[in-house]
Amino acid sequence: MSYLALSLTLIFVLIPLILSKTLKLGLEKDTFIATIRSIIQLLAVGYVLKFVFDSNHFIYIFLMIALMIGTATLNARKKGKSIDGITWKIAVTLLTVEVLTQAILLGFHIVPATAQYIIPISGMIIGNSMVLSILFLNRFTAEMHAHRDQVELILSLGGTPKQAIHHQLISAIKASMIPTIESQKTIGLVQLPGMMSGQIIAGADPIQAVQFQLLIVFILLTTAAVSSIFLGFLSYPTLFNSRMQMLKEKF
Amino acid sequence: MDKVYEPAIHFNHVDFQIGDSKIIKKVTGSFPKGKITTLVGPSGAGKTTLLKMCNGLISPSAGEIFIHNKLITDYDPIDLRRNVGMALQAAPMIKGTVFENLELPLALQSKKLPEEDAISYLDDVGLERDFLHKNADDLSGGQRQKVSIARTLVNQSEILLLDEITSALDRASLKEIEELIVKINGKYNVTMIWITHNLEQALKIGHYTWVLMQGEVIETGESKLLENPQNDLVKHFVQGVIK
Ligand SMILES: Nc1ncnc2c1ncn2[C@@H]1O[C@H](COP(=O)(O)OP(=O)(O)O)[C@@H](O)[C@H]1O
Ligand SMILES: [Mg+2]
Repeated sequence: MSYLALSLTLIFVLIPLILSKTLKLGLEKDTFIATIRSIIQLLAVGYVLKFVFDSNHFIYIFLMIALMIGTATLNARKKGKSIDGITWKIAVTLLTVEVLTQAILLGFHIVPATAQYIIPISGMIIGNSMVLSILFLNRFTAEMHAHRDQVELILSLGGTPKQAIHHQLISAIKASMIPTIESQKTIGLVQLPGMMSGQIIAGADPIQAVQFQLLIVFILLTTAAVSSIFLGFLSYPTLFNSRMQMLKEKF
Repeated sequence: MDKVYEPAIHFNHVDFQIGDSKIIKKVTGSFPKGKITTLVGPSGAGKTTLLKMCNGLISPSAGEIFIHNKLITDYDPIDLRRNVGMALQAAPMIKGTVFENLELPLALQSKKLPEEDAISYLDDVGLERDFLHKNADDLSGGQRQKVSIARTLVNQSEILLLDEITSALDRASLKEIEELIVKINGKYNVTMIWITHNLEQALKIGHYTWVLMQGEVIETGESKLLENPQNDLVKHFVQGVIK
């Protein structure tokens, strides 16, 4: 794409700006900020990626992944304020999902061990894992508040904290995984996945684009399951003390 | 309180505090073994809080509690709660059938409850056997209280803590539950602490009574103290001035 063509895409920014102004939606400022941010962030990432791909040095790959995990952790932890040590718990979860997935991909030589593959796939894994963590934490916190009397009931009958929170934990894990599974049922029927569309537009063979998309889709299933289960089992113990009592301020 | 009875539960200068507010203040006293002690007092007096401390659902912020002469903190929390059973005020149910709720205390120990036993527990609280496979969500307030009582019996605890278990019952059911509690107390020598708003019930069923107001025990003794209270606060409470 030429820079002239790219500049012309700004028409797509002007349309909502004009609409917002005429209809007094008051979204001009946010639209403007969003546009500027996406230009700066994406161009910066583009140049960083170009540099990393050209050097293809592992230290840069590690740095990129660390940056992704760091940013994703800071984003997701806002949802888990009531859980002690949520920051490192999310970081460990993201790291586990990333290491597990990459170990399989690289260990079985499913994709080549180059920055060109590792970094975009890591971005998708970590991004998805972050969204899953947020979904899980939202749901888990809501379940805990809604059913605190059942948690207390099980403790009062001589159940362990794990037994007491089991139902809430499992429904939060399930609920956070459902969107991933559901979206895969209709994949390709309505909307072509972004990555696949991008590859096809860039001139790749559709069948090859589909193969990569399937790889991503399957990876996201693992990501969804491992993130919410891992985070769930790291989180629940901090809601109780050593006398197996509910910490009131957490429920 | 009568010296001849050994205490099942003993409180020694117990405080319970949340943030800056003292909910239980310097409570000292005993609940006699094998007897029914009723715990009365206005709403918000701290009755539920006091009861929850007896099976370790919460811990005092100061003072000590002894269960059968052993410091409560020396018990394993799980053993303690099986041995000191509690029927919670709201009679919460887990999702599922009445049977699953009755089986819960055993299910937590990976044990099964034979269906005949479940039916006999239901019979104890005056519910027909066809309740067994009803969804717990479909029960009325009174039926929930009955299932909650039956469920509390399953662990066969030595001490039972009953938090307003008859508040939603009609007169006939009330009488049935009162008789059941008296029967269990007599037959298995189970120590009972029973929170009730019903002073008539406290007089009739309780061997002993504690009167709690604003976190303080202001009177303890044989239940007949409610007939002719000496303390002005208790007098006002009994006469219905303090609700
Ligand atoms: N978790 C809690 N947080 C804040 N206040 C509480 C909590 N539990 C109980 N309280 C307060 O403690 C007081 C005693 O409550 P409770 O023991 O339930 O009284 P009762 O059972 O006699 O009606 C009430 O004023 C209540 O608002
Ligand atoms: Mg209460």
